[in-house]
Amino acid sequence: MNETIGIGLIVIGVLFDFLGCLGLIRFPDVYNRLQASAKCITLGTCGILLGLVFFKGFTATGIKAILCLVFIILTAPVSAHSLARSAYRSGVKPVDAVIDEYANDFKKIR
Amino acid sequence: MKRIRWFIGLVIILTLGGLVLFCPIVSILSWQSKFLARAFLWLLVSAFLCLWRILRGPTAPDRAVAIDMLGILIVGFCAILCIPTGRDWYIDIGIAWALQSFIGIMALAKYLEGKDFDE
Repeated sequence: MNETIGIGLIVIGVLFDFLGCLGLIRFPDVYNRLQASAKCITLGTCGILLGLVFFKGFTATGIKAILCLVFIILTAPVSAHSLARSAYRSGVKPVDAVIDEYANDFKKIR
Repeated sequence: MKRIRWFIGLVIILTLGGLVLFCPIVSILSWQSKFLARAFLWLLVSAFLCLWRILRGPTAPDRAVAIDMLGILIVGFCAILCIPTGRDWYIDIGIAWALQSFIGIMALAKYLEGKDFDE
């Protein structure tokens, strides 16, 4: 039973990883690509690690997998945020953007 | 022209997916291990898509995003390889790779931003 749940979670994780990579290929812009990659990667790889936890139970490997999962959940949004900020500050504009509200705030901060 | 390029990309992705889904895996392992081998190959296909974005990203932040994604995909590789091989130290590699990838991406973001490391 545990192994069946684990295989289901691993399938969901692999599917979400593949969809994130497809978004990375197909979207037109840095910010769209960042959105696809950050959201899908968090669910995808965390799904795979949860499947590993269901396979192994609460052994040393399962607890290490929980540790890795918590670390990824904490760090993936931070790295995505800093990448978006650095992309804006290095001068990449969004494709087909009509209103850029952040530019005014950005000038005020400077 | 754009439609032709779209069609070529669709054919490539469908070919890779069909190869992964229908290739015969001959082994004495259980059906779960064969299933996990297919999942691993599917992750490998998505890693190749990431490499394509690294090769021809128009700007530098595109490549940084793809490198970030590749780093977290490798953690998924390590987590899947743990189960059919039975070697538990793969998840240690995963933890170390997640930490190293996070630090590398933060350094890369600061470098792209063009500022010092202490804000």
